[in-house]
Amino acid sequence: MSPQRAVEPAAERSGDPDAPDGSLDTGHGVARPPTAREVAADRAFRSVTLALAWGVIVLVGLILGEIFAQALPAVRQYGAAFLTGREWDPGREAFGILPQIYGTLYTSMLGLAIATALGLAVAVFLSEGFLATGVFSLLKWFGLAYRPRWEALPERIEGLLRIVVELLAAIPSVVYGLWGIFVVIPTVRPLANWLHERLGWMPWFETPLSGPGILPASLVLAIMVLPTISAVSRDALARVPAKLREAAFGLGATRWEAILAVFIPTAATGIFGSIVLGFGRALGETMALAMLVGNSNVISPSLLSPADTLAALLANSFPEAGKIEVGALMYAALVLLAITLLVNALGTWIVQRATASLEGQR
Amino acid sequence: MNDQAIPREMRIPDERELERSLRHPRALFSFAMSWLTGLVTVLTLVPLFSVLWLLAVRGGSSLSLAVLSELPPAALMPGGGFGNAIVGTVLMVAIATAISVPMGVLAAVFLADFAPDGRTATAVRFAAKVLTGLPSILAGVFAYVLIVATTGTFSAPAGGVALSVLMLPIVLLTAEEAIRAVPARMREAAIGMGATPTQVVLRIVLPTAMPGVLTGVMLAIARAAGETAPLLFTALFSEYWMSSSEPEFVPKTPGDLMQPTASLAVLIYNFSSSPFDNQIDLAWAAALVLVVLVLAVNLCGQALARRRA
Repeated sequence: MSPQRAVEPAAERSGDPDAPDGSLDTGHGVARPPTAREVAADRAFRSVTLALAWGVIVLVGLILGEIFAQALPAVRQYGAAFLTGREWDPGREAFGILPQIYGTLYTSMLGLAIATALGLAVAVFLSEGFLATGVFSLLKWFGLAYRPRWEALPERIEGLLRIVVELLAAIPSVVYGLWGIFVVIPTVRPLANWLHERLGWMPWFETPLSGPGILPASLVLAIMVLPTISAVSRDALARVPAKLREAAFGLGATRWEAILAVFIPTAATGIFGSIVLGFGRALGETMALAMLVGNSNVISPSLLSPADTLAALLANSFPEAGKIEVGALMYAALVLLAITLLVNALGTWIVQRATASLEGQR
Repeated sequence: MNDQAIPREMRIPDERELERSLRHPRALFSFAMSWLTGLVTVLTLVPLFSVLWLLAVRGGSSLSLAVLSELPPAALMPGGGFGNAIVGTVLMVAIATAISVPMGVLAAVFLADFAPDGRTATAVRFAAKVLTGLPSILAGVFAYVLIVATTGTFSAPAGGVALSVLMLPIVLLTAEEAIRAVPARMREAAIGMGATPTQVVLRIVLPTAMPGVLTGVMLAIARAAGETAPLLFTALFSEYWMSSSEPEFVPKTPGDLMQPTASLAVLIYNFSSSPFDNQIDLAWAAALVLVVLVLAVNLCGQALARRRA
């Protein structure tokens, strides 16, 4: 289809008997050297694409530069005490973000731990073809496994499941926040308060869950991070060389012995990279946390206590902030930027290294 | 007698020995783990279906034509809708698309075709990866500094710029991949006929790569339409139409654009913490509209990608 499309424009001109500097004219008239105008247009177009490619680099530089420049006065004024201060009071111009840093790390790590456990299981389930095998056995039971229409069903169902898992990432975070307020919080509250009554002497349950808090926020965060972890880990598992798979099964390993002793260790770097990338996403996630974490300036080890995060602080305070507070918020934005950039760069580097090393083994 | 003459390893095994028997602990472990991961996978899908179910029930029950065309109600007022938020969301996503798609696709052409291994290309790819990991709220901070602080007002273009920062890396990286997937022989055929690199790109490469490029564009639009954080302090929110003259919902002068603009996502956020039932119902209806919009665009993009494969 497309090669023909390529010929069309030139073919129109082939009727032209005196083609411009027809030194290369083969007589068929399809091929000819570009005219001066076409060469000029080519140069111009190429420069435009080069300029736009540079535009991407400039944009990143501009984002980093702007946030840094805006934060600089606050950095000079508050210094490192900003990072260890526990108060956020625009009225008294007292600004500190220790509770926010603590809350960001606490919720992200808890969410990440849940998402890793679940996401890894999903990745294994999707990459090892369990569902297709299951559907196949089911079809075989009914004697349909090799019928023309039914044959493709196992693959189709597996593909469908993959899409559905990815749809988890497509739901906007503000909708997850809404769902968290009206479903997750009422659902976990009885369990949380039971834990508080029975195990209240443990630091993790020392406060009751009044509504929003770290636990519901982390649960919703886990759902949002899970697709990242499962998709990247699935790719890493799919990249395990076939000869390793065959060798493991040839030695008589059961499916799960092969998964645990060969596939997962081989894909470990890629899986680790997926976890770091998930961590980066969790750190920067704003809306679900702003809606579910309670936005209160406390540092508590309790899972059931409300907290605050850097992104939620920005979301809640920025729209109504005065000039001095905006300066402090820019400092907080700079801290968030630094943390997420560091984590994401690390994750990308690990995934790239894992991909490269496994490609080499092929 | 005969059996004993042949060593055990060389005997042709009984067919039943080859079958998986759950009496063997190894097979049992494998079987149990398979079911466990299957269960976990089903468990992770519960939130998705719970969200969709609730949207259908709570959002569907308050959805009506009036809701789609009226202005948000004040506290304690009955009725109302979010017509201006739909207009605002569409307008800001359109602005973001107009900025990010030409830039992303043309930069991708440079990366994939003109200088794939150069130092610039490596740097651009790195920059795009950095943008992918940028927390969305920081895109808002950037647009606030760049536009809101200089023009002195919250506005739709500021929101559009913030969203375009989030769309750009998605468009760029998927477009590059799609362009790279165009077979080299097609390019070579065109070059052999004397086409300039620009003609090759515009007439051969981009038309061939179009489904892949569109997939990236659609995924980016789906992402941008659902974003809230970058709009909170760039577009803010508004309870009015974008224009004071008829028809009200179309902004007519540049001045109409340079004012706080409503969006579905921010409306959901604002109304979710409202103590009034009417506003909460509206938040659910808006969430339903937003999710239907986002999922439709997302699934279209994925369908395009599969047809290409």
